Amino acid sequence: MWLYEKKLQFPINIKKPDPRMAKLIITQYGGADGELAASLRYLSQRFTMPNGETRATLNDIGSEELAHLEMIGTMCHRLLDGADCELLRKSGYDTDYVEHGVGVYPQNSAGVPFTAAYIQSKGDPITDLIEDLAAEQKAKQTYEYLINMADDPDVIEPLRFLREREVVHFQRFGEALEIVKRLNSGKKYF
Amino acid sequence: MDKEKLKYELTALDFALADLKLYLDTHPDCSDSVRLYNSVADKRKVLFDTYQSLYGPLTAETYSGSESSWDWVDDPWPWNK
Ligand SMILES: [Fe+2]
Repeated sequence: MWLYEKKLQFPINIKKPDPRMAKLIITQYGGADGELAASLRYLSQRFTMPNGETRATLNDIGSEELAHLEMIGTMCHRLLDGADCELLRKSGYDTDYVEHGVGVYPQNSAGVPFTAAYIQSKGDPITDLIEDLAAEQKAKQTYEYLINMADDPDVIEPLRFLREREVVHFQRFGEALEIVKRLNSGKKYF
Repeated sequence: MDKEKLKYELTALDFALADLKLYLDTHPDCSDSVRLYNSVADKRKVLFDTYQSLYGPLTAETYSGSESSWDWVDDPWPWNK
């Protein structure tokens, strides 16, 4: 189960609407390498992890990704909050506006809706952890591209935090993979 | 301490715990990190309780300060300005 905490994992102080940036950042909400995909991937794969350490890792990183999903949704909301029709049109947000208004919808930056086809849960810990390592690298790369497209420090700061978390998750999944390999080779290691 | 400063400090301690937790998941026998986790968790609990008693609920389930009306619905929610 989960307990909802009424605050963000990292502060978001976006003051200036920027629909162009919202349209890009939404991909980390509902895109292939986004936080929703990450969360569902790890929280689904955790059921077939082989021991306490790997179950905890998938459970806890999957939960943290939900906090990141909330941060990304908050960023998109703030970037759209207060934007008038002229700004939406000028920013190329008009096509999103007619579909969702200024609502936050799980889609990528090209408007493709979220699909579970972005993730796998293969029932084998080595297979799943190797997917997870790749997923973290792809998410990190997406954050770097988003940072390259941003100019507002209030947008860049949380993106940098999220990028850094992908680096840490990659590290932890690498350690989890080593734990599974040691388990499989039958060695006592603790 | 004012509300924003207290929330900021709590967010920092929560982050330390989140990061240490992931480290401990793959290094459960690192006793130095276990001790560090425990001491940060103790500090965090004090700040968390102080925040809730001064400024209202962060988790509905750990809060019993509502009097005649339900404080949980009070703005701002985390995505609001
Ligand atoms: Fe991640």
